[in-house]
Amino acid sequence: MTTILTPALTAYWDQPDSFTLEGYRRDGGYRALPKALAMSPDEVIRCVKESVLRGRGGAGFPTGVKWGFLPKGGSKPHYLVVNADESEPGACKDIPTMMNNPQVLIEGIVIASYAIGANTAFIYVRGEVLHVIRRLQYAVAQAREAGFVGANILGSGFDLDIIVHTGAGAYICGEETALLDSLEGKRGQPRLKPPFPAASGVYACPTNVNNVESIASVPWIIENGAADFASLGTEKSKGFGIFSLSGHVTTPGQYEAPLGTTLRELLGLAGGIRAGHRLKFWTPGGSSTPLFTEKQLDVPLDYESVAAAGSMLGTRSVQLFDETTCVVRVVLRWAEFYQHESCGKCTPCREGSYWVVQLLQNLEDGKGSEADLDKLLDICSNITGRAFCALGDSIEPSVKSSIAYFRDEYLEHQRNGGCPFDPAASTLFTLESAR
Amino acid sequence: MAALDELRSTLAADAAEIIGRYPNSRSAVMPLLHLVQSHVGFVPEEGIRYVAELLGLAEADVGAVASFYTMYKSGPVGEYHVGVCTNSLCAVMGGDAIFADLLEYLGVGNDETTPDGKVSLEHLECNAACDYAPVMMVNWEFFDNMTPQSARNLVDALRSGESATPTRGAPRLCTWKQASRILAGFPDGQAAGGHTAGDPSLAGLRKAKEQGWTPDPPDSSNGGPR
Repeated sequence: MTTILTPALTAYWDQPDSFTLEGYRRDGGYRALPKALAMSPDEVIRCVKESVLRGRGGAGFPTGVKWGFLPKGGSKPHYLVVNADESEPGACKDIPTMMNNPQVLIEGIVIASYAIGANTAFIYVRGEVLHVIRRLQYAVAQAREAGFVGANILGSGFDLDIIVHTGAGAYICGEETALLDSLEGKRGQPRLKPPFPAASGVYACPTNVNNVESIASVPWIIENGAADFASLGTEKSKGFGIFSLSGHVTTPGQYEAPLGTTLRELLGLAGGIRAGHRLKFWTPGGSSTPLFTEKQLDVPLDYESVAAAGSMLGTRSVQLFDETTCVVRVVLRWAEFYQHESCGKCTPCREGSYWVVQLLQNLEDGKGSEADLDKLLDICSNITGRAFCALGDSIEPSVKSSIAYFRDEYLEHQRNGGCPFDPAASTLFTLESAR
Repeated sequence: MAALDELRSTLAADAAEIIGRYPNSRSAVMPLLHLVQSHVGFVPEEGIRYVAELLGLAEADVGAVASFYTMYKSGPVGEYHVGVCTNSLCAVMGGDAIFADLLEYLGVGNDETTPDGKVSLEHLECNAACDYAPVMMVNWEFFDNMTPQSARNLVDALRSGESATPTRGAPRLCTWKQASRILAGFPDGQAAGGHTAGDPSLAGLRKAKEQGWTPDPPDSSNGGPR
């Protein structure tokens, strides 16, 4: 039987001390670091380029190439910033990674910082996850005590300080330039690009911003070699990644698998959709990605195939909804999320998100009309591409795809004079039906 | 209400430590606001003035930050700040029903506190625990796979002083102020405690082991999946 799952980052989460330095070292941790420090920084970058690791935060840009954008030499200090602000609805992989194995992130940070010539690294972690923050603080302290962080690491002459910086509740700070403004003690609002962070990031210095899972994958690549990593996955989407299954699935959770694994395969491992029900729609990569239905069960979940099928791989945040779920309710709630999280900097996103919410609310309440669907699509298309950053562009995909697949369900609300679904039928616990 | 002088005398040493962490002092704004919140319970105007004074910034610069981020509160919250995720997935899986029930059960509105000052209630956006839906948070600790009944039991325990143990988190639940202090960067020594990899976190790993898809032992030449 073909191996479908490839636990690497998740391989030791079942050990009670997987979050400690001792546990991590017992399970093979900190063997990549001396190897990396014996290489030149350029060799480390070349290795990560050859692995074809692509950014695991959603955009999929090749990590090694991004590292290579930082200028060589120059008088300004370089910085590494880890984007640990995981907040995309559906995304839930970085939080358990940092909770259960923060040391793999720390080892990755030291290697990445060495490669890009940074002596200070920040972990920008969202604030609403107290125990994850404790674990990160603990991990940095343990690594410092063991000499993996601090001055002259393992006698290499390389110095690194790691600062755990805690956010305070703002999805927009997952956008890398908003994150940098936030890290500088400002409101988290995106910056005009260019200049890109590689040229002018935090404190106007060359900065590399990477997702948690991207950095946490680096020790494996250094330890096992770029070729081994690149041997997994598909032609252009190499390696393994964590797929997060949530919702109406028998066994929700984290499934680490080669990129290109299909939802049918993943559902086979997760016991399928909850008993007695069938899949209605799902997101391949979080709330910002166009919906899929049963028709896309066999789409390989890699960047290219998902894009060719009309969506985005994003953060592999697979949210599954069965036939009891009202798609209008789901899309409305996501729109409310974007409305709430819009930073207010640009008009299309700030105003457009309000209009979208109002129209969707009317439709959900059965007060909308077919003309409202066209208006909704028109407003969405005027936000996408005109917003200052990707947050605005994230409003349209679920709206547009849901209307494409479920136009009649929107209209049924109008005919029915309200939502035709019983929310009690969708809950994971037994509730007395509302009707 | 904390007077400016009191903040100055009480928080000086901690504030200096926070500022000392950063290459540029302005980066200390957010942890300093968490620190103020750990002392006062929220960020009063004096707190904004204090942070501005420490960093040589205009009060407007600090106030702009305090009002931008939802975790900074402009008025008191409960000793236990209870959040219910009502983003789409949790809402559909039962978060809406839980939140509606708690509003009625506690007799408060969204972002309001019970008269005894013990519990405040707020609906939350996604907290990156979708595989544990429906999810609640108390002082930013995870309470997973909730139901209306388990939510009622939880707030009852908090109000009666029994406290409660997070599903994935520290063994001892912090108060709101204590949690804010950790966010400011001062650990409480509970990092090593608690069960944190629940069933969903281990779902894929268990399946892989069951199928014999385990990685090679770490002491072999290759440590990863085949």
